[in-house]
Amino acid sequence: MRFLLRLMRAAFVPLLFGAAALFWAATSPARGSEVPTDSLYRLDVPLVDQDGKGQHLADRRGRPLVVGMFYTSCHNVCPLIVDTMLATERALAAGGRGGVDVLLVSFDASRDDPIALRRAADSRKLDLQRWTLARAEPADVRKLAAVLGIQYRQLDDGEFNHSSALVLLDAQGRIAARTETIGTTDAAFIAAIDATLAATE
Amino acid sequence: MRHTFPRYAAALALLCAVASATVARTAEYVALPGGTFESVLPADGKSADAKVAPFRLRVTPVTNGEFLAFVAAHPEWRRDRVARIFAEARYLQSWAAPDTLGAAVLPEQPVTNVSWFAAEAFCESESARLPTWYEWELAAASDATRVDARADPAWRERILAWYARPSTEALAPVGGEANLYGVRDLHGLVWEWVDDFNALLVSADNREQGDPDLLRFCGAGAITLQQRENYAVLMRIAMLSSLKAVDTTANLGFRCAKPAPSENTR
Repeated sequence: MRFLLRLMRAAFVPLLFGAAALFWAATSPARGSEVPTDSLYRLDVPLVDQDGKGQHLADRRGRPLVVGMFYTSCHNVCPLIVDTMLATERALAAGGRGGVDVLLVSFDASRDDPIALRRAADSRKLDLQRWTLARAEPADVRKLAAVLGIQYRQLDDGEFNHSSALVLLDAQGRIAARTETIGTTDAAFIAAIDATLAATE
Repeated sequence: MRHTFPRYAAALALLCAVASATVARTAEYVALPGGTFESVLPADGKSADAKVAPFRLRVTPVTNGEFLAFVAAHPEWRRDRVARIFAEARYLQSWAAPDTLGAAVLPEQPVTNVSWFAAEAFCESESARLPTWYEWELAAASDATRVDARADPAWRERILAWYARPSTEALAPVGGEANLYGVRDLHGLVWEWVDDFNALLVSADNREQGDPDLLRFCGAGAITLQQRENYAVLMRIAMLSSLKAVDTTANLGFRCAKPAPSENTR
């Protein structure tokens, strides 16, 4: 009897660990398998958001995400990028069910600190449940732009020349759709977001 | 106690051997002074000179032999293991196998068929980075005796002659004639990746430049190109700005750059 008790006690700890591991695996579908070879989540991009909180691009694995790039002191296209994304959100069939997550990363690593990002988010009344404005180190900004196919160049006066795109990533971080239509909504892009959201649910 | 001395001696000898082997394989960099110069890409998008901080540049492009050693140390960059997001299917395709150059590929030839991401990763393994366009252009403006030979028509002709050579010819080994700074092979061997290849933003049509398409380009719009007589350099920009970061070609290699050593580490 005593032997049996000891055996049970010895088995209890590994069992507990086993159960915890099973529970962890079941509740973390994002980490259940390897990141696909064509996923942006292969790229390590450390980000800091408008609340000063650190996160990695790959933390977004598991949910579809629209990614764009901007900078807060830009007056020409960047407000239009936000406008376009807001209009896109309103046009989603899935809009009523929580919509899609949006991540905008700044080109301007030197001036766009969390305070500047927060100010921009507040002035545009962005819903920070789904929207994130973030900064990254210059070398990481360059790599992120490279995978997104966005060109940018800092000029002498601190302004940036840049191309504009919104890129839809599926739950695994693969590019599902991309639009360079800025200033008005792109029906094909909206349909792709709806389809990707539906496929993920 | 009697045995410790030979053991230390052996360890020391081994350490020296490792150190000398490392030194032998360490890439050579030379210091460039930087400065202000007239780039084909104006710094303000209109006419301002480019400013370049002092930096160091690799003397020669990275070779097949060097890249093979990198791939052995970082197997995630083998062509059979690289993530597709970092390199297209033609990555390192001229090699006989993922870990073998083969008879047709010489270790001293510049490595080509490498993506921008692979080039960046190699440079990071040397505690370096890719040079910026301005750094590359500044280094490439000099010939054996002059800081800036670009105004010399004879020099421009010599560089242009390279572009007339058929691209099917086997690439020469690295180690061509040195320029004033001691940098070799900037012209006449391969195209080279730069860190900011996706910053060159050349408009396909010059007529658009007076009327920047604000919906596509924020800020000052498309950059105006200067020095139109400098075709060889303009061709590089046209080629680089047409590339995606995963692209590889049989004539596109790279070299790395480092910041100038700071006063206290010199």
